[in-house]
Amino acid sequence: MPSLNPAELSPQITMRALNFYYGQTHALKNINLDVYRNTVTAFIGPSGCGKSTLLRTINRMYDLYPGQRADGDLLIDGVNVLADDVDTIELRAKVGMVFQKPTPFPMTIYENIAFGVRMHEKLSRIEMDDRVEWALTKAALWDEVKDKLNRQGTSLSGGQQQRLCIARGVAVKPRVLLLDEPTSALDPISTMRIEELVNELKKEFTIVIVTHNMQQAARVSDFTAYMYLGELVEFGKTDDIFIKPQDKRTEDYITGRMG
Amino acid sequence: MNLVQRRKLINVIALGYSLAAIAFGLVWLIWILVMVFEKGVGAMTLNLFTEMTPPPGDVGGGLKNAIAGSALMVSLAMLIGTPVAVLAGIYLAEYGRRTTLGKVTRFLNDILLSAPSIVIGLFVYAIYVARVGEFSGMAGAVALALLVLPVVIRTTEDMLVLVPNTLREAAYALGAPQWKVIVMITLRAAKTGIVTGALLALARISGETAPLLFTALNNQFWSLDLGKPMSNLPMVIFQFAMSPYENWQELAWAGVFLITLGVLLLNIVARVLFRKSATQ
Repeated sequence: MPSLNPAELSPQITMRALNFYYGQTHALKNINLDVYRNTVTAFIGPSGCGKSTLLRTINRMYDLYPGQRADGDLLIDGVNVLADDVDTIELRAKVGMVFQKPTPFPMTIYENIAFGVRMHEKLSRIEMDDRVEWALTKAALWDEVKDKLNRQGTSLSGGQQQRLCIARGVAVKPRVLLLDEPTSALDPISTMRIEELVNELKKEFTIVIVTHNMQQAARVSDFTAYMYLGELVEFGKTDDIFIKPQDKRTEDYITGRMG
Repeated sequence: MNLVQRRKLINVIALGYSLAAIAFGLVWLIWILVMVFEKGVGAMTLNLFTEMTPPPGDVGGGLKNAIAGSALMVSLAMLIGTPVAVLAGIYLAEYGRRTTLGKVTRFLNDILLSAPSIVIGLFVYAIYVARVGEFSGMAGAVALALLVLPVVIRTTEDMLVLVPNTLREAAYALGAPQWKVIVMITLRAAKTGIVTGALLALARISGETAPLLFTALNNQFWSLDLGKPMSNLPMVIFQFAMSPYENWQELAWAGVFLITLGVLLLNIVARVLFRKSATQ
């Protein structure tokens, strides 16, 4: 395990004075946060605290909806992705995302993976075969599906579908992987597999995970951000946050007195 | 009588009323089907498909020209109407969901959806037939296409709106541009629903008489010339059923039977397709 001393880690995502608005509602208030390269950072907090909103700001998912906007700085590798001239297609090639519910596309398992890759790269058939295998292997799904790549993605079980979605995100070779409550619709076994996967994937990707499950945050993450009512209350090494939280509100939440 | 007995009695009465209502509706439907079947099956001969509609006083005859004319105009109407309607439905569901143009289009489309078909017929008569100076198969196809539009626009939009937003977001999250998301993801996910809508539109226009009355009119002879009046099943049925000739009346029943059978088959196909998509 690499050292988790922030001084030795390089930040991949830097948020400074980040605000977010749903129309008139001020949903994120002055967020300052660093996400370090090749670590897992968990966003925790009660429902409506803004953790998913913060995640969706990183890949500018909010662009799809009129009336939603962000201001402040959100740098990924030094580039402010909130700037108007940022190409969201390029941005999303660098920042992959996996959602709460598995979202296999209405096509074959193979095509599910190839779909995203084709947006950004021209690969030969052989290269694409290799990429599909690589991505499915990364997502620990290859052995289960290698003989049925031509089946519909929807024919898989829920846990397999979610790993397919992870493979799909990984296949594009992003730098950052955003996971929005990736296991909340899954059974405990599938959840365990995804958590193991997260541990593997951080060797190559920077991972941000939103979770409702505090044990999960404690198990998978290196850093934890506790959010409440749109504010970042506390951020630090996961061990510190769970063992000796500095803020009373964090303590109340993780000890179950609130939330 | 205590409360429980009272509640049970009311339940039985309510159930009785709804069963009676169902029976009332079904009786007519079954009666129609039985009658069409009885009269139609007897008139089913191979001659229907090989002989033309007979002139008055002649014996026998068939519906060859009417079947061909109907098939041609209905296919042409689908060919014109469906692509336009699907594109319009895509606009309403994907691009213009909240825009003023979208809202206005949706409202107007709903009006078109409930417009009496004879109005459509008169409209095409006024803008097309009256100017060209001749009834024609093309005018008939255009009138039928105008009936296809609102049905398919509506179902396409409804089916696309049903596609969960998370699926769209997942595609956008991979860096897909909007047109790719629509073509590769949402249209695919809604495919069977849209096909079902098109089939229902097809079923609807294959029995329409009013729009053809002022457009394709009718033709006693074999003609596939779209610039000339064209024979078609609904008009032949209308004309022959009112005639005093027995063989004409029989042919009318045969035509009714053919259309009913066709619509029934289309509905079954649509339902099977729809169930498939629902269980996926």
